[in-house]
Amino acid sequence: MLFLYGPILLAPLFSVNDSIFATFPLKGFTLRHYAEMANNTGLLKALRNSLIVAASSSLIATAVSVPAAIALTRYKLRGSGLIMTAMSAPLVIPSIIFGVALLIIILRFLDLELTLWTIGASHVFISIPFAMTVLMSRLEGFDKSLEEASRDLGEGAWMTFLRVTLPLAMSGIVSSLLLCFVTSFDEFVLAFFLSGTETTLPVYLFGQLRFPNKLPGMLALGTTILMFSALIVILAEILRRRGVQSNSPGAV
Amino acid sequence: MVQRRPEWLTGYSLLSPAIIIMAVMMVTPLLAMVALSFWTQQGFELDRSFTLANYFALVEPSSEPTYWMGIPFPLTYPVPAILLIKSLAMSLAITLAVIALAYPMAYFLAFHVRGQKALWLVLLTIPFWTSYLLRVFAWKIMLGFNGAINSGLKSLGVLTEPLSFLLYNPLAVMITLVHAWVAFAVLPIFVSLDKIDRSYLEAATDLGDSRLRRFLQVTLPLSAPGTIGAALLVFIPTVGDYVTPTLVGGPSGTMIGNLIQELFLKQNNAPLGAAVSITMMVTIGVIVTLFLWLIGFRRLRSRAR
Repeated sequence: MLFLYGPILLAPLFSVNDSIFATFPLKGFTLRHYAEMANNTGLLKALRNSLIVAASSSLIATAVSVPAAIALTRYKLRGSGLIMTAMSAPLVIPSIIFGVALLIIILRFLDLELTLWTIGASHVFISIPFAMTVLMSRLEGFDKSLEEASRDLGEGAWMTFLRVTLPLAMSGIVSSLLLCFVTSFDEFVLAFFLSGTETTLPVYLFGQLRFPNKLPGMLALGTTILMFSALIVILAEILRRRGVQSNSPGAV
Repeated sequence: MVQRRPEWLTGYSLLSPAIIIMAVMMVTPLLAMVALSFWTQQGFELDRSFTLANYFALVEPSSEPTYWMGIPFPLTYPVPAILLIKSLAMSLAITLAVIALAYPMAYFLAFHVRGQKALWLVLLTIPFWTSYLLRVFAWKIMLGFNGAINSGLKSLGVLTEPLSFLLYNPLAVMITLVHAWVAFAVLPIFVSLDKIDRSYLEAATDLGDSRLRRFLQVTLPLSAPGTIGAALLVFIPTVGDYVTPTLVGGPSGTMIGNLIQELFLKQNNAPLGAAVSITMMVTIGVIVTLFLWLIGFRRLRSRAR
Protein backbone atom coordinates (compact mmCIF):
# COMPACT_ATOMS: atom_id res chain seq x y z
CA MET A 1 0.00 0.00 0.00
CA LEU A 2 2.82 2.37 0.89
CA PHE A 3 4.56 1.47 -2.36
CA LEU A 4 1.32 2.13 -4.27
CA TYR A 5 0.37 5.41 -2.69
CA GLY A 6 3.71 6.83 -1.48
CA PRO A 7 5.01 8.26 -4.75
CA ILE A 8 1.60 9.56 -5.80
CA LEU A 9 1.15 11.44 -2.54
CA LEU A 10 4.39 13.33 -3.14
CA ALA A 11 2.60 15.52 -5.69
CA PRO A 12 -0.01 16.88 -3.24
CA LEU A 13 2.70 17.25 -0.60
CA PHE A 14 5.04 19.37 -2.71
CA SER A 15 2.17 21.28 -4.31
CA VAL A 16 1.47 23.07 -1.01
CA ASN A 17 5.17 23.56 -0.25
CA ASP A 18 6.28 27.20 -0.41
CA SER A 19 9.26 26.67 -2.74
CA ILE A 20 9.83 26.15 -6.44
CA PHE A 21 11.91 23.02 -5.84
CA ALA A 22 10.41 19.66 -4.94
CA THR A 23 12.91 18.90 -2.19
CA PHE A 24 12.99 18.15 1.51
CA PRO A 25 13.02 19.79 4.02
CA LEU A 26 9.63 21.35 3.41
CA LYS A 27 9.52 25.15 3.57
CA GLY A 28 6.05 26.22 4.57
CA PHE A 29 2.43 25.78 3.69
CA THR A 30 1.00 27.75 0.77
CA LEU A 31 -1.92 27.61 -1.59
CA ARG A 32 -0.52 30.15 -4.03
CA HIS A 33 0.28 27.51 -6.66
CA TYR A 34 -3.40 26.68 -6.75
CA ALA A 35 -4.38 30.33 -6.95
CA GLU A 36 -2.02 30.85 -9.90
CA MET A 37 -3.70 28.03 -11.81
CA ALA A 38 -6.92 29.97 -12.07
CA ASN A 39 -5.17 32.75 -14.03
CA ASN A 40 -3.30 30.52 -16.46
CA THR A 41 -5.08 30.85 -19.82
CA GLY A 42 -3.10 28.06 -21.55
CA LEU A 43 -4.03 25.68 -18.79
CA LEU A 44 -7.68 26.65 -18.80
CA LYS A 45 -7.87 26.16 -22.54
CA ALA A 46 -6.30 22.70 -22.29
CA LEU A 47 -8.73 21.88 -19.49
CA ARG A 48 -11.67 22.96 -21.64
CA ASN A 49 -10.38 20.80 -24.52
CA SER A 50 -9.95 17.83 -22.23
CA LEU A 51 -13.47 18.17 -20.88
CA ILE A 52 -14.94 18.37 -24.39
CA VAL A 53 -12.97 15.36 -25.63
CA ALA A 54 -13.66 13.28 -22.52
CA ALA A 55 -17.37 14.10 -22.43
CA SER A 56 -18.00 13.37 -26.10
CA SER A 57 -15.81 10.27 -26.33
CA SER A 58 -17.33 8.74 -23.20
CA LEU A 59 -20.85 9.39 -24.52
CA ILE A 60 -20.11 7.83 -27.91
CA ALA A 61 -18.19 4.87 -26.46
CA THR A 62 -21.01 4.07 -24.04
CA ALA A 63 -23.70 4.60 -26.66
CA VAL A 64 -22.20 1.99 -29.00
CA SER A 65 -21.25 -0.35 -26.16
CA VAL A 66 -24.79 -0.66 -24.73
CA PRO A 67 -26.25 -2.46 -27.79
CA ALA A 68 -23.03 -4.45 -28.22
CA ALA A 69 -23.11 -5.60 -24.60
CA ILE A 70 -26.79 -6.56 -24.96
CA ALA A 71 -25.99 -8.54 -28.09
CA LEU A 72 -23.15 -10.41 -26.41
CA THR A 73 -25.08 -11.22 -23.23
CA ARG A 74 -28.59 -11.83 -24.59
CA TYR A 75 -28.10 -13.47 -27.97
CA LYS A 76 -26.33 -16.68 -28.86
CA LEU A 77 -24.02 -15.51 -31.60
CA ARG A 78 -21.39 -17.33 -33.53
CA GLY A 79 -17.93 -15.87 -32.94
CA SER A 80 -18.90 -13.88 -29.86
CA GLY A 81 -15.82 -15.15 -28.01
CA LEU A 82 -13.61 -13.94 -30.83
CA ILE A 83 -15.37 -10.56 -30.91
CA MET A 84 -14.83 -10.11 -27.19
CA THR A 85 -11.14 -10.97 -27.47
CA ALA A 86 -10.70 -8.59 -30.39
CA MET A 87 -12.43 -5.84 -28.44
CA SER A 88 -10.04 -6.14 -25.52
CA ALA A 89 -6.99 -5.97 -27.82
CA PRO A 90 -6.47 -2.21 -27.29
CA LEU A 91 -5.78 -2.99 -23.64
CA VAL A 92 -2.68 -4.99 -24.50
CA ILE A 93 -1.34 -3.60 -27.78
CA PRO A 94 1.04 -0.74 -26.89
CA SER A 95 -0.76 2.51 -27.61
CA ILE A 96 2.32 3.96 -29.29
CA ILE A 97 1.62 1.60 -32.21
CA PHE A 98 -1.86 3.05 -32.64
CA GLY A 99 -0.54 6.54 -32.00
CA VAL A 100 2.01 6.56 -34.80
CA ALA A 101 -0.12 4.48 -37.18
CA LEU A 102 -3.16 6.73 -36.83
CA LEU A 103 -0.92 9.76 -37.21
CA ILE A 104 0.42 8.45 -40.52
CA ILE A 105 -3.05 7.55 -41.75
CA ILE A 106 -4.49 10.95 -40.89
CA LEU A 107 -1.63 13.04 -42.23
CA ARG A 108 -0.34 11.01 -45.16
CA PHE A 109 -3.24 8.90 -46.42
CA LEU A 110 -6.29 10.98 -45.61
CA ASP A 111 -4.61 14.38 -45.71
CA LEU A 112 -6.65 15.61 -42.75
CA GLU A 113 -5.61 18.01 -40.06
CA LEU A 114 -5.02 17.05 -36.46
CA THR A 115 -7.81 18.43 -34.32
CA LEU A 116 -9.60 17.59 -31.12
CA TRP A 117 -11.73 15.28 -33.28
CA THR A 118 -8.80 13.02 -34.03
CA ILE A 119 -7.97 12.74 -30.33
CA GLY A 120 -11.63 12.14 -29.50
CA ALA A 121 -11.97 9.38 -32.09
CA SER A 122 -8.96 7.54 -30.72
CA HIS A 123 -10.33 7.91 -27.20
CA VAL A 124 -13.67 6.38 -28.19
CA PHE A 125 -11.75 3.38 -29.41
CA ILE A 126 -9.64 2.85 -26.27
CA SER A 127 -12.68 3.44 -24.01
CA ILE A 128 -14.84 0.75 -25.59
CA PRO A 129 -13.10 -2.19 -23.82
CA PHE A 130 -13.70 -0.52 -20.44
CA ALA A 131 -17.32 0.28 -21.28
CA MET A 132 -17.93 -3.27 -22.48
CA THR A 133 -16.49 -4.80 -19.30
CA VAL A 134 -18.64 -2.69 -17.00
CA LEU A 135 -21.82 -3.03 -19.07
CA MET A 136 -21.54 -6.76 -19.65
CA SER A 137 -21.01 -7.50 -15.97
CA ARG A 138 -24.07 -5.35 -15.19
CA LEU A 139 -26.24 -7.02 -17.83
CA GLU A 140 -25.19 -10.49 -16.71
CA GLY A 141 -25.95 -9.48 -13.15
CA PHE A 142 -29.68 -9.05 -13.31
CA ASP A 143 -32.47 -11.52 -13.64
CA LYS A 144 -33.25 -12.26 -17.29
CA SER A 145 -36.70 -13.52 -16.39
CA LEU A 146 -37.74 -9.88 -15.91
CA GLU A 147 -37.18 -9.28 -19.61
CA GLU A 148 -38.92 -12.52 -20.51
CA ALA A 149 -41.89 -11.57 -18.37
CA SER A 150 -42.17 -8.27 -20.16
CA ARG A 151 -42.16 -9.98 -23.54
CA ASP A 152 -44.71 -12.54 -22.39
CA LEU A 153 -46.96 -9.72 -21.27
CA GLY A 154 -46.96 -8.47 -24.84
CA GLU A 155 -44.37 -5.71 -24.88
CA GLY A 156 -42.27 -5.44 -28.04
CA ALA A 157 -38.50 -5.64 -28.04
CA TRP A 158 -38.14 -1.86 -27.98
CA MET A 159 -40.55 -1.30 -25.11
CA THR A 160 -38.91 -4.10 -23.15
CA PHE A 161 -35.57 -2.44 -23.68
CA LEU A 162 -36.84 1.01 -22.69
CA ARG A 163 -38.94 0.00 -19.72
CA VAL A 164 -37.07 -2.99 -18.29
CA THR A 165 -33.50 -3.37 -19.53
CA LEU A 166 -32.51 0.28 -19.63
CA PRO A 167 -33.66 1.22 -16.12
CA LEU A 168 -32.05 -1.89 -14.66
CA ALA A 169 -28.81 -1.28 -16.54
CA MET A 170 -28.75 2.43 -15.73
CA SER A 171 -26.22 2.15 -12.91
CA GLY A 172 -23.90 0.25 -15.26
CA ILE A 173 -24.38 2.85 -17.97
CA VAL A 174 -23.52 5.70 -15.62
CA SER A 175 -20.44 3.96 -14.26
CA SER A 176 -19.37 3.16 -17.81
CA LEU A 177 -19.73 6.86 -18.70
CA LEU A 178 -17.63 7.84 -15.70
CA LEU A 179 -14.88 5.29 -16.35
CA CYS A 180 -14.67 6.22 -20.05
CA PHE A 181 -14.51 9.86 -19.03
CA VAL A 182 -11.56 9.20 -16.71
CA THR A 183 -9.85 7.02 -19.31
CA SER A 184 -10.01 9.79 -21.88
CA PHE A 185 -9.24 12.59 -19.43
CA ASP A 186 -6.02 10.90 -18.29
CA GLU A 187 -4.93 9.45 -21.63
CA PHE A 188 -1.58 10.79 -22.80
CA VAL A 189 0.14 8.78 -25.54
CA LEU A 190 -2.59 8.92 -28.20
CA ALA A 191 -3.38 12.54 -27.40
CA PHE A 192 0.33 13.37 -27.63
CA PHE A 193 0.69 11.92 -31.12
CA LEU A 194 -2.67 13.03 -32.45
CA SER A 195 -2.92 16.58 -31.19
CA GLY A 196 -2.35 19.52 -33.49
CA THR A 197 -2.49 23.07 -32.20
CA GLU A 198 -5.17 22.25 -29.64
CA THR A 199 -4.01 19.97 -26.85
CA THR A 200 -5.56 18.19 -23.91
CA LEU A 201 -4.55 18.61 -20.30
CA PRO A 202 -2.08 15.68 -20.02
CA VAL A 203 -0.25 16.84 -23.16
CA TYR A 204 -0.14 20.39 -21.82
CA LEU A 205 1.17 19.06 -18.50
CA PHE A 206 3.87 17.06 -20.30
CA GLY A 207 4.98 20.13 -22.23
CA GLN A 208 5.18 22.27 -19.09
CA LEU A 209 7.13 19.70 -17.09
CA ARG A 210 10.27 20.60 -19.02
CA PHE A 211 10.45 23.96 -17.27
CA PRO A 212 11.70 23.47 -13.69
CA ASN A 213 10.22 26.75 -12.42
CA LYS A 214 6.73 25.65 -13.48
CA LEU A 215 7.00 22.47 -11.40
CA PRO A 216 4.98 23.43 -8.30
CA GLY A 217 2.17 24.81 -10.46
CA MET A 218 2.10 21.57 -12.42
CA LEU A 219 2.09 19.58 -9.19
CA ALA A 220 -0.90 21.60 -8.06
CA LEU A 221 -2.58 20.82 -11.37
CA GLY A 222 -1.63 17.15 -11.03
CA THR A 223 -3.09 17.02 -7.53
CA THR A 224 -6.33 18.52 -8.76
CA ILE A 225 -6.56 15.96 -11.57
CA LEU A 226 -5.70 13.21 -9.10
CA MET A 227 -8.48 14.06 -6.69
CA PHE A 228 -10.94 14.57 -9.50
CA SER A 229 -10.16 11.15 -11.06
CA ALA A 230 -10.25 9.37 -7.71
CA LEU A 231 -13.61 10.96 -6.95
CA ILE A 232 -15.08 9.82 -10.27
CA VAL A 233 -13.78 6.26 -9.89
CA ILE A 234 -15.24 6.01 -6.38
CA LEU A 235 -18.54 7.40 -7.62
CA ALA A 236 -18.59 4.85 -10.46
CA GLU A 237 -17.93 2.04 -8.00
CA ILE A 238 -20.68 3.18 -5.61
CA LEU A 239 -23.16 3.31 -8.47
CA ARG A 240 -22.17 -0.12 -9.70
CA ARG A 241 -22.57 -1.53 -6.20
CA ARG A 242 -25.96 0.05 -5.70
CA GLY A 243 -27.03 -1.54 -8.98
CA VAL A 244 -26.00 -4.98 -7.79
CA GLN A 245 -27.91 -4.56 -4.54
CA SER A 246 -31.15 -3.60 -6.26
CA ASN A 247 -31.21 -7.07 -7.82
CA SER A 248 -31.83 -8.77 -4.56
CA PRO A 249 -35.39 -10.06 -4.19
CA GLY A 250 -37.82 -7.57 -2.79
CA ALA A 251 -35.96 -4.56 -4.11
CA VAL A 252 -37.49 -4.75 -7.57
CA MET B 1 -47.89 -10.38 -33.09
CA VAL B 2 -45.10 -8.53 -34.83
CA GLN B 3 -43.03 -10.66 -37.12
CA ARG B 4 -39.79 -11.56 -35.39
CA ARG B 5 -36.51 -11.03 -37.17
CA PRO B 6 -34.07 -13.92 -36.87
CA GLU B 7 -32.15 -13.71 -33.63
CA TRP B 8 -28.67 -13.66 -35.14
CA LEU B 9 -29.56 -10.72 -37.38
CA THR B 10 -30.73 -8.63 -34.42
CA GLY B 11 -27.67 -9.67 -32.46
CA TYR B 12 -25.20 -8.70 -35.14
CA SER B 13 -26.96 -5.45 -35.94
CA LEU B 14 -26.77 -4.48 -32.26
CA LEU B 15 -23.07 -5.26 -32.32
CA SER B 16 -22.33 -3.50 -35.59
CA PRO B 17 -21.67 0.09 -34.41
CA ALA B 18 -19.08 -1.04 -31.89
CA ILE B 19 -17.53 -3.46 -34.36
CA ILE B 20 -17.33 -0.84 -37.09
CA ILE B 21 -15.54 1.60 -34.77
CA MET B 22 -13.16 -1.07 -33.55
CA ALA B 23 -12.45 -2.20 -37.10
CA VAL B 24 -11.80 1.32 -38.38
CA MET B 25 -9.68 2.36 -35.41
CA MET B 26 -7.84 -0.89 -34.81
CA VAL B 27 -7.61 -2.85 -38.05
CA THR B 28 -6.80 0.08 -40.36
CA PRO B 29 -3.79 1.25 -38.35
CA LEU B 30 -2.47 -2.29 -38.16
CA LEU B 31 -2.98 -2.82 -41.90
CA ALA B 32 -1.36 0.55 -42.60
CA MET B 33 1.60 -0.53 -40.49
CA VAL B 34 1.97 -3.76 -42.44
CA ALA B 35 1.71 -1.94 -45.78
CA LEU B 36 4.14 0.78 -44.72
CA SER B 37 6.72 -1.75 -43.62
CA PHE B 38 6.96 -3.01 -47.23
CA TRP B 39 7.40 0.48 -48.71
CA THR B 40 10.33 2.87 -48.68
CA GLN B 41 10.79 6.49 -47.78
CA GLN B 42 12.14 8.72 -50.59
CA GLY B 43 12.66 12.17 -49.12
CA PHE B 44 9.19 13.38 -48.23
CA GLU B 45 7.42 10.91 -50.52
CA LEU B 46 6.61 7.26 -50.00
CA ASP B 47 7.74 4.81 -52.64
CA ARG B 48 4.86 2.34 -52.74
CA SER B 49 6.58 -0.51 -54.56
CA PHE B 50 6.86 -3.72 -52.59
CA THR B 51 10.20 -4.34 -50.92
CA LEU B 52 11.61 -6.33 -48.04
CA ALA B 53 14.45 -3.83 -47.60
CA ASN B 54 13.18 -2.56 -44.24
CA TYR B 55 13.16 -6.01 -42.73
CA PHE B 56 16.48 -6.81 -44.33
CA ALA B 57 17.96 -3.67 -42.76
CA LEU B 58 17.03 -5.05 -39.33
CA VAL B 59 18.92 -8.32 -39.83
CA GLU B 60 21.65 -7.31 -42.28
CA PRO B 61 24.80 -9.06 -41.06
CA SER B 62 28.07 -7.31 -40.46
CA SER B 63 31.53 -8.70 -39.88
CA GLU B 64 32.16 -6.37 -36.94
CA PRO B 65 29.78 -7.20 -34.15
CA THR B 66 28.47 -4.53 -31.78
CA TYR B 67 28.62 -5.60 -28.16
CA TRP B 68 25.86 -4.95 -25.66
CA MET B 69 26.13 -6.39 -22.16
CA GLY B 70 28.79 -8.75 -23.52
CA ILE B 71 26.45 -10.17 -26.14
CA PRO B 72 27.74 -9.79 -29.71
CA PHE B 73 25.28 -8.46 -32.30
CA PRO B 74 26.85 -9.05 -35.73
CA LEU B 75 24.58 -6.55 -37.49
CA THR B 76 25.13 -3.43 -39.59
CA TYR B 77 22.27 -1.60 -37.86
CA PRO B 78 22.17 -3.27 -34.42
CA VAL B 79 20.09 -0.66 -32.55
CA PRO B 80 16.63 -2.22 -33.11
CA ALA B 81 17.78 -5.74 -32.24
CA ILE B 82 19.57 -4.57 -29.09
CA LEU B 83 16.64 -2.42 -27.97
CA LEU B 84 14.18 -5.24 -28.64
CA ILE B 85 16.18 -7.72 -26.56
CA LYS B 86 16.69 -5.09 -23.86
CA SER B 87 12.98 -4.19 -23.77
CA LEU B 88 11.98 -7.85 -23.60
CA ALA B 89 14.44 -8.51 -20.77
CA MET B 90 13.28 -5.41 -18.87
CA SER B 91 9.62 -6.33 -19.33
CA LEU B 92 10.28 -9.84 -18.12
CA ALA B 93 11.94 -8.51 -14.96
CA ILE B 94 9.10 -6.01 -14.50
CA THR B 95 6.50 -8.75 -14.91
CA LEU B 96 8.18 -11.01 -12.37
CA ALA B 97 8.45 -8.15 -9.87
CA VAL B 98 4.82 -7.16 -10.42
CA ILE B 99 3.60 -10.72 -9.83
CA ALA B 100 5.84 -11.08 -6.76
CA LEU B 101 4.23 -7.94 -5.30
CA ALA B 102 0.68 -8.42 -6.54
CA TYR B 103 0.28 -12.09 -5.59
CA PRO B 104 0.68 -11.60 -1.82
CA MET B 105 -1.64 -8.59 -1.97
CA ALA B 106 -4.30 -10.56 -3.82
CA TYR B 107 -3.79 -13.53 -1.48
CA PHE B 108 -4.24 -11.34 1.57
CA LEU B 109 -7.35 -9.82 0.08
CA ALA B 110 -8.88 -13.16 -0.88
CA PHE B 111 -8.16 -15.13 2.28
CA HIS B 112 -7.57 -12.74 5.14
CA VAL B 113 -9.95 -9.85 4.58
CA ARG B 114 -13.47 -10.42 5.82
CA GLY B 115 -16.32 -8.18 4.81
CA GLN B 116 -14.86 -5.03 3.29
CA LYS B 117 -13.29 -6.78 0.26
CA ALA B 118 -14.79 -4.44 -2.30
CA LEU B 119 -13.53 -1.40 -0.42
CA TRP B 120 -9.99 -2.79 -0.41
CA LEU B 121 -10.23 -3.57 -4.11
CA VAL B 122 -11.26 0.01 -4.88
CA LEU B 123 -8.45 1.34 -2.69
CA LEU B 124 -5.99 -0.84 -4.58
CA THR B 125 -7.25 0.14 -8.01
CA ILE B 126 -7.52 3.90 -7.53
CA PRO B 127 -3.81 4.40 -8.25
CA PHE B 128 -4.35 2.56 -11.52
CA TRP B 129 -7.01 5.03 -12.58
CA THR B 130 -5.04 8.12 -11.71
CA SER B 131 -3.08 9.78 -14.45
CA TYR B 132 -0.32 7.55 -15.76
CA LEU B 133 1.77 10.58 -16.63
CA LEU B 134 1.48 11.83 -13.09
CA ARG B 135 2.55 8.51 -11.60
CA VAL B 136 5.62 8.44 -13.81
CA PHE B 137 6.40 12.01 -12.92
CA ALA B 138 6.03 11.27 -9.22
CA TRP B 139 8.93 8.85 -9.57
CA LYS B 140 10.98 11.49 -11.30
CA ILE B 141 10.50 13.73 -8.27
CA MET B 142 11.23 10.81 -6.00
CA LEU B 143 14.46 9.61 -7.61
CA GLY B 144 15.90 12.86 -9.01
CA PHE B 145 19.29 14.35 -8.14
CA ASN B 146 17.52 16.84 -5.89
CA GLY B 147 14.56 14.54 -5.49
CA ALA B 148 12.63 13.38 -2.48
CA ILE B 149 14.89 10.44 -1.60
CA ASN B 150 18.13 12.37 -1.95
CA SER B 151 16.99 15.56 -0.25
CA GLY B 152 15.10 13.59 2.39
CA LEU B 153 18.09 11.45 3.31
CA LYS B 154 20.31 14.51 3.23
CA SER B 155 18.14 16.47 5.63
CA LEU B 156 18.04 13.45 7.92
CA GLY B 157 21.82 13.43 7.89
CA VAL B 158 22.16 9.98 6.32
CA LEU B 159 23.79 11.31 3.17
CA THR B 160 26.21 14.14 2.59
CA GLU B 161 26.27 13.88 -1.21
CA PRO B 162 23.18 13.07 -3.29
CA LEU B 163 23.11 9.66 -4.93
CA SER B 164 23.32 10.20 -8.68
CA PHE B 165 22.54 6.64 -9.75
CA LEU B 166 18.83 6.76 -8.89
CA LEU B 167 17.34 8.43 -11.95
CA TYR B 168 17.92 8.08 -15.71
CA ASN B 169 18.76 4.41 -15.98
CA PRO B 170 16.98 1.15 -16.78
CA LEU B 171 16.37 0.46 -13.09
CA ALA B 172 14.42 3.70 -12.67
CA VAL B 173 12.29 2.71 -15.69
CA MET B 174 11.66 -0.70 -14.17
CA ILE B 175 10.74 0.61 -10.71
CA THR B 176 8.33 3.12 -12.24
CA LEU B 177 6.69 0.54 -14.47
CA VAL B 178 6.36 -1.99 -11.66
CA HIS B 179 4.62 0.66 -9.61
CA ALA B 180 2.35 1.59 -12.48
CA TRP B 181 1.19 -1.98 -13.14
CA VAL B 182 0.93 -3.61 -9.69
CA ALA B 183 -2.58 -2.35 -9.04
CA PHE B 184 -3.69 -3.66 -12.41
CA ALA B 185 -2.26 -7.13 -11.81
CA VAL B 186 -3.92 -7.60 -8.40
CA LEU B 187 -7.41 -7.85 -9.94
CA PRO B 188 -7.12 -11.00 -12.11
CA ILE B 189 -5.07 -12.80 -9.44
CA PHE B 190 -7.62 -11.87 -6.79
CA VAL B 191 -10.51 -13.13 -8.94
CA SER B 192 -8.88 -16.53 -9.48
CA LEU B 193 -7.98 -16.87 -5.79
CA ASP B 194 -11.41 -15.80 -4.64
CA LYS B 195 -13.05 -18.41 -6.88
CA ILE B 196 -11.23 -21.33 -5.24
CA ASP B 197 -13.65 -23.62 -3.44
CA ARG B 198 -12.66 -23.41 0.22
CA SER B 199 -13.59 -27.05 0.79
CA TYR B 200 -10.55 -28.10 -1.29
CA LEU B 201 -8.35 -26.29 1.18
CA GLU B 202 -10.12 -27.87 4.12
CA ALA B 203 -9.78 -31.28 2.49
CA ALA B 204 -6.03 -30.75 2.05
CA THR B 205 -5.68 -29.77 5.71
CA ASP B 206 -7.80 -32.72 6.86
CA LEU B 207 -5.64 -35.07 4.84
CA GLY B 208 -2.62 -33.81 6.75
CA ASP B 209 -1.00 -31.34 4.36
CA SER B 210 1.12 -28.62 5.90
CA ARG B 211 0.24 -25.01 5.08
CA LEU B 212 3.12 -24.74 2.60
CA ARG B 213 2.24 -28.00 0.89
CA ARG B 214 -1.40 -27.01 0.74
CA PHE B 215 -0.41 -23.75 -0.91
CA LEU B 216 1.91 -25.40 -3.42
CA GLN B 217 -0.43 -28.29 -4.27
CA VAL B 218 -3.83 -26.66 -4.21
CA THR B 219 -3.86 -22.87 -4.08
CA LEU B 220 -1.03 -22.12 -6.48
CA PRO B 221 -2.16 -24.43 -9.33
CA LEU B 222 -5.78 -23.29 -9.02
CA SER B 223 -4.81 -19.61 -9.14
CA ALA B 224 -2.39 -20.15 -12.04
CA PRO B 225 -4.75 -19.03 -14.84
CA GLY B 226 -5.41 -15.66 -13.21
CA THR B 227 -1.75 -15.19 -12.37
CA ILE B 228 -0.64 -16.03 -15.90
CA GLY B 229 -3.31 -13.74 -17.29
CA ALA B 230 -2.05 -10.93 -15.08
CA ALA B 231 1.54 -11.62 -16.15
CA LEU B 232 0.60 -11.34 -19.82
CA LEU B 233 -1.44 -8.19 -19.19
CA VAL B 234 1.71 -6.62 -17.76
CA PHE B 235 4.33 -8.11 -20.07
CA ILE B 236 2.75 -7.31 -23.44
CA PRO B 237 2.13 -3.57 -23.04
CA THR B 238 5.30 -2.79 -21.09
CA VAL B 239 7.56 -3.98 -23.92
CA GLY B 240 6.36 -1.10 -26.06
CA ASP B 241 6.01 1.50 -23.35
CA TYR B 242 6.98 4.98 -24.39
CA VAL B 243 6.21 7.51 -21.65
CA THR B 244 8.22 5.98 -18.81
CA PRO B 245 11.56 5.55 -20.61
CA THR B 246 11.17 9.06 -22.03
CA LEU B 247 10.68 10.66 -18.63
CA VAL B 248 12.86 8.63 -16.27
CA GLY B 249 15.03 6.49 -18.56
CA GLY B 250 17.67 8.91 -19.77
CA PRO B 251 20.01 7.81 -22.58
CA SER B 252 20.72 4.40 -21.04
CA GLY B 253 17.10 3.60 -20.25
CA THR B 254 15.63 3.88 -23.75
CA MET B 255 13.37 1.11 -24.97
CA ILE B 256 12.00 -0.02 -28.31
CA GLY B 257 9.01 2.35 -28.03
CA ASN B 258 11.37 5.32 -28.07
CA LEU B 259 13.01 4.02 -31.23
CA ILE B 260 9.63 3.63 -32.95
CA GLN B 261 8.67 7.18 -32.03
CA GLU B 262 12.01 8.49 -33.24
CA LEU B 263 11.91 6.66 -36.57
CA PHE B 264 8.38 7.91 -37.25
CA LEU B 265 8.63 11.50 -36.10
CA LYS B 266 12.25 12.63 -35.95
CA GLN B 267 14.06 10.60 -38.58
CA ASN B 268 11.01 10.65 -40.87
CA ASN B 269 11.47 7.03 -41.80
CA ALA B 270 7.99 5.63 -41.22
CA PRO B 271 8.56 2.43 -43.24
CA LEU B 272 11.52 1.39 -41.10
CA GLY B 273 9.57 2.37 -37.97
CA ALA B 274 6.67 0.24 -39.18
CA ALA B 275 9.01 -2.70 -39.78
CA VAL B 276 10.36 -2.32 -36.24
CA SER B 277 6.79 -2.15 -34.84
CA ILE B 278 5.68 -5.24 -36.73
CA THR B 279 8.81 -7.14 -35.69
CA MET B 280 8.15 -6.17 -32.08
CA MET B 281 4.52 -7.28 -32.15
CA VAL B 282 5.34 -10.56 -33.92
CA THR B 283 8.15 -11.28 -31.43
CA ILE B 284 5.83 -10.65 -28.48
CA GLY B 285 3.16 -12.81 -30.10
CA VAL B 286 5.59 -15.69 -30.67
CA ILE B 287 6.96 -15.48 -27.11
CA VAL B 288 3.48 -15.43 -25.57
CA THR B 289 2.24 -18.32 -27.72
CA LEU B 290 5.32 -20.40 -26.96
CA PHE B 291 5.00 -19.68 -23.27
CA LEU B 292 1.32 -20.65 -23.13
CA TRP B 293 2.00 -23.79 -25.12
CA LEU B 294 4.93 -24.78 -22.92
CA ILE B 295 2.98 -24.57 -19.68
CA GLY B 296 -0.13 -26.17 -21.18
CA PHE B 297 -2.42 -23.23 -20.50
CA ARG B 298 -5.59 -24.93 -21.76
CA ARG B 299 -5.13 -27.80 -19.35
CA LEU B 300 -4.57 -25.41 -16.45
CA ARG B 301 -7.65 -23.41 -17.26
CA SER B 302 -9.95 -26.40 -17.63
CA ARG B 303 -8.74 -27.77 -14.30
CA ALA B 304 -9.50 -24.53 -12.50
CA ARG B 305 -13.13 -24.59 -13.60
